[in-house]
This record gives sequence, structure tokens and C-alpha cells, in this order.
Amino acid sequence: MKNFIYQSQWGWLSSGVSLGIVFLLTVALVKPIGVSTQFVILDGIVWNFFSDQIVADDKNAKSGYSSPNAYLNKSGGKYAKNVANPLNYSFIFVLAMIAGGFIARRLQSGNESKDKSIVPKIWGDRYGHSPSKRYLATFVGGFLALFGARLAGGCTSGHMMSGMMQTSLSGYLFALGTFAVAVPVAILMYKGEK
Amino acid sequence: MNIVLAIILGLLFGFTLQKIGAANPQKIINMLRLKDFHLMKAILLGIGISSLLLFVLINIGVVGSSNLSVKASYAGVIIGGAILGLGWAIAGFCPGTGIVAAGAGRKDALFFILGGLLGAFVFTLLYASLKATFLFADLGGKATIAATGNEKFVTLFPSMPGIAIAGGVAIILIGIAWMLPEKK
Repeated sequence: MKNFIYQSQWGWLSSGVSLGIVFLLTVALVKPIGVSTQFVILDGIVWNFFSDQIVADDKNAKSGYSSPNAYLNKSGGKYAKNVANPLNYSFIFVLAMIAGGFIARRLQSGNESKDKSIVPKIWGDRYGHSPSKRYLATFVGGFLALFGARLAGGCTSGHMMSGMMQTSLSGYLFALGTFAVAVPVAILMYKGEK
Repeated sequence: MNIVLAIILGLLFGFTLQKIGAANPQKIINMLRLKDFHLMKAILLGIGISSLLLFVLINIGVVGSSNLSVKASYAGVIIGGAILGLGWAIAGFCPGTGIVAAGAGRKDALFFILGGLLGAFVFTLLYASLKATFLFADLGGKATIAATGNEKFVTLFPSMPGIAIAGGVAIILIGIAWMLPEKK
């Protein structure tokens, strides 16, 4: 057990079983996992900080909150409510994920080189070791990933994992769209690498 | 209580994503290049196991089908998935794994999150002008393949028992996970 916790990388079988247990636990105890919505909530919190009119109490709204922004106001002001009350399950869940990654890394035996924690080896071999080039790529990648996730209404966690677990049609459609692009792009970007 | 659960379950999920290698862009990129199926096997097995047990627990009444949350199917699910796929391949992170990688100390993941916050914000601003377009054209609504017992969701095979369909799908997913080679 101790070895299992300190190991830097679990084998596929224990990885799959652990992942399955976590997804099952969350849906059994609360609701399916979702991540990408919380990027919108954090945006809303920052936006609300600079302009205090972006979410407002509204007795007529289903959630009790409304927003002049159509997206935050969607589904009876559901997002507006979470922006106004950041101490809610989904937002805290995502913050706790950061801590989970931190703890796992801290307990991990053997340290990755500093360079590799900025530039993955395969990226370095193909595109060089300049940190700023890598930062630009991850920034652009992040922009696309979250724009796409919001358009799709969920990301790899919410649509693919939680969705396919519930046998949702949308989970399969999402996986189709994602892999149809991600696989050829990754192959082309790293053509000729080992 | 919900906040305590959020902390415990979030910690568990973040911990697990880091340990299975999903927060390592090198592993993600090599999975997408079809060179390293370690993660793909783990993900398929994870979906299969959780799905099978979930439908068993719903069937015997331990878990209420009201806990389920099925997302709608519309054109934007495929197109948005494709845009996410592009970002996933470029960065080697998806939204959840980017967050965990940042917690694990990856500096490149911080820039992924910043880009993500901007991407989500641009979508928030554009939503009003996009919502009436073909992107939100219905492709079946909140539909599941297996019957869940929750009336809010449409079922593609309403006359078949949900546990049989979900179990069959889960066994196929677990079977694929088992048969895929680890490395190519």
C-alpha cells in the first residue's frame, strides 16, 4: 500500500480501477465529475470583482440570481448563482483537484528534471527547449481546449468519462469529435519522433 | 457536508489523475500519436468499471438515478469536442489534467490555465450571438443508450433493461482495454 502511494506511475490496471472507483464514488455520493464549467465561474468571479453589476439577486430567476450576460444567465441563472457563491461543491472540487495533484507529486519517488516540468521531452526534441515557445503553445492550447469545452458543454471529464459512464449519447459524440482531430494533429505535429 | 465531500473527492480525483500519468503531457501526446496506450487502457477500463457498477447500484436501489446528470446532444458537442481536441494535441493537457498538472508543479500548465480562462471568457461573451446558430442544433437531447430510470432523460433502447445494455457496453469497453497493446 505504501509503495502504491509513493509510486510515480501506476500500471494501467490499477490506474483504470482507481479511476473507475473515483468516478463511481462521486456519482454515488453527489453527482458526476465536471471541470470546465469552473473556468467560467472563475472568470465570472474576476469579472464581478471589476464590475459589480455582472451578477445580481433576482427573485424571479430559478436560481435566485441573474446576469446581463446571456451565458451566465443560462438555465435560470445557474452560473450567476455560483459566481455569487464560489463556496459551492463544483468550484471547491476543482480547487481540491489542484491540491490532489500537488500531494501526489510531493509523495512521488524520484524527481523529474526541472526542464521536463516545463518542456515535455517529445516537445523539446521536436520544437526545442525554449520555455517561452512552450508557454505560448500551452496558452493557445488552453484557449482552444476551454473554448471548445464550453461550446460542447463539457470536457474530457464531464463528457467523455462521466458521460460514457452514464451511457450518454453526448459522451460518444464528444469523444468522436475530440479524437477525430486530436489524433491526426498529434501525429502530424510529432512526425518522425520516436 | 457537500463542501467536505468536494474537498475529499476533488483531492482523490486530482491525486488519481497525477498517478495514472494523465497530467503528464508526454504521455498524453504519445497516446494521441497512438504510440502509448497505457492511458487509453486505463481510461477505457475506468469507464467500463464505473459504468457497470453504477448501473448495478441503480438497479438494486443503492444509488438514485436522480444523481445522474446527462448532457444534451447538439451539433456543438462534436464541433466543440473537435476544437478541444486541437487544443489537447497542441498542449498535451485537457481542462482537468491541466489543473492537476499545475498543482503538481508544471509551469507550462499555468499558461494552459491562463489560456483556458481567456478561451472560456471569450465563449461567455460570444454565447448570446451563437446560441441561435446551427451550433446548438439538437442531435437527440439528453439521451442515453441504456435506460436509467430517470424520466428527464431519453433512452435509445427503451424496451431493453438498462442494466443489460449498460453491462454489455461496459464489457466491450473493458474488453478493448484488455486487448489493446500497451506500447506500439
